[in-house]
Amino acid sequence: MASPSSRRGRRKRLLAGGLDFLAAPALVAVILLIWQACVPLFDISPFILPTPYAVLQRLFQDYQLLAAHGQVTLLEVVLGFGLAAVVGVALSLAIFYFRPVEKALYPVLVGLQTVPKAALAPLLVLYLGYGWAPKIFLAFLISFFPILIATVVGLQSLDKGLIQLARSMGASEWQMFWKIRLQAALPNVFGGFKVGISLAVIGAIIGEYVAAEKGLGYLQLQANSQFDTTLNFASIIVISLIGMLLYWVLNRIEDLVVYRKEKPQ
Amino acid sequence: MITHSPSPGVAVSIQGIGKTYETRHGDEVRALEDINVDIRPGEFVAVLGPSGCGKSTLLSMLAGLLAPSEGVMKIDGERLVKAHPRAGVVFQTDLLLYWRTVLQNILLPIEIKGTVTDAHVARARDLLAQVGLADFADKHPSELSGGMRQRVSICRALIQQPGLLLMDEPFGALDALTREQMIIDLQQLWLTQRNTVIFITHGIDEAVFLADRVLVMSPRPGKVDLELAIDLPRPRRWSVRADPAFNAYLLQIREVFESKGVLHGSH
Repeated sequence: MASPSSRRGRRKRLLAGGLDFLAAPALVAVILLIWQACVPLFDISPFILPTPYAVLQRLFQDYQLLAAHGQVTLLEVVLGFGLAAVVGVALSLAIFYFRPVEKALYPVLVGLQTVPKAALAPLLVLYLGYGWAPKIFLAFLISFFPILIATVVGLQSLDKGLIQLARSMGASEWQMFWKIRLQAALPNVFGGFKVGISLAVIGAIIGEYVAAEKGLGYLQLQANSQFDTTLNFASIIVISLIGMLLYWVLNRIEDLVVYRKEKPQ
Repeated sequence: MITHSPSPGVAVSIQGIGKTYETRHGDEVRALEDINVDIRPGEFVAVLGPSGCGKSTLLSMLAGLLAPSEGVMKIDGERLVKAHPRAGVVFQTDLLLYWRTVLQNILLPIEIKGTVTDAHVARARDLLAQVGLADFADKHPSELSGGMRQRVSICRALIQQPGLLLMDEPFGALDALTREQMIIDLQQLWLTQRNTVIFITHGIDEAVFLADRVLVMSPRPGKVDLELAIDLPRPRRWSVRADPAFNAYLLQIREVFESKGVLHGSH
């Protein structure tokens, strides 16, 4: 039978757990409320700062416009990231398994990483035009590197003991890769994917800033030129939602593919 | 009393095995020198020595993970050149794949060699039951204690009914009480399986308790100083430690270590 003190302890823990769970939403709610109150209080013009409620209203009002441009950005991000995932994983396998590739390519890629990708955007427009290509390519460029690095590190960091174990079972190089090395590297690979997907959103938006006729970045520039700050904020929210959605999808895929020793919160 | 059915174990012959390593600075280190051992099918042999005596090197060679510099190893008369299909290895750490369940881990060697059948699954469950883990087949390794995990890794080594079980300080990473229990359970398992076991250890007590024969090794270069047949009835129980014969074996081994400078200060 539980003693009264332990029962009280459990109630305290439950309460604390509930508070933990509510802490972040509560903070967000407080900030939004302060924001909502401050705009009329200090008589801030909606051209400078709309209220959160006005932004929310606008999201519903203009959802068709936002969805049309959001679709474009979403597709750019998905294609750019998809390309980065495929090329990143393939190149990291080449770097891991072929020494000449590692010696020649890896240092060059690391060196190129010092170039800020956003600075390439004007050039990409010059080479690839005003259409989809430069946005996808920028999303690819910016998200490719973290995927490559994470995968290489994952492949390299296999416990030496597991290599011995597999060899003692007479495993082939392919079995070694498929049954052990790849599986052990998957948490790293998904770590790279998650960094990559957030960066891919940034890449696509920057691409749209430089030259575009559609997409949420383009919509933001349009809103700016018309002093429609409310639409600007609404676009930012949709961009963030795209990032969150893709991150969530990756998380779900990871849940299906990777066994996690410790379940994420 | 044990009935001696024909043993499924293999015969192991180690003839003139030596190993020389080259260090990074180009110096040569003699790890093993002229090892000669013949092991009968179904025999339990403990290889006992301090760290650096080459005992793990010897095991790596028997597992086909390392080539000797000179000499020949044979399993059932056949020269060993790579990992032998009838050898199972238990390493010092359990080396379980954390993303696989206990059952899937045990079946890994079968998957690597071919296809898993219902008979393999049944055997895996049977082995788990024998080590007291029947209810843990679908758990993941992270849900098991260190001792349980090492039991699973022993089941994995036994799944193919190996003729030769190679154990490299398998209980070295476990706490003392868990190790005591593992020693008893390993003996029980071996009495039912009857495969040939080569058990690497630096524990004098566990070597004498478990083995039919103890090979005592000393380092620089690693060689066998004493072959000691342990003539104590099976199954051995805790009380065997009170047996004067048991203590005489321990003493004999300690004297070898003392004469080699591995142990000192008893005068």
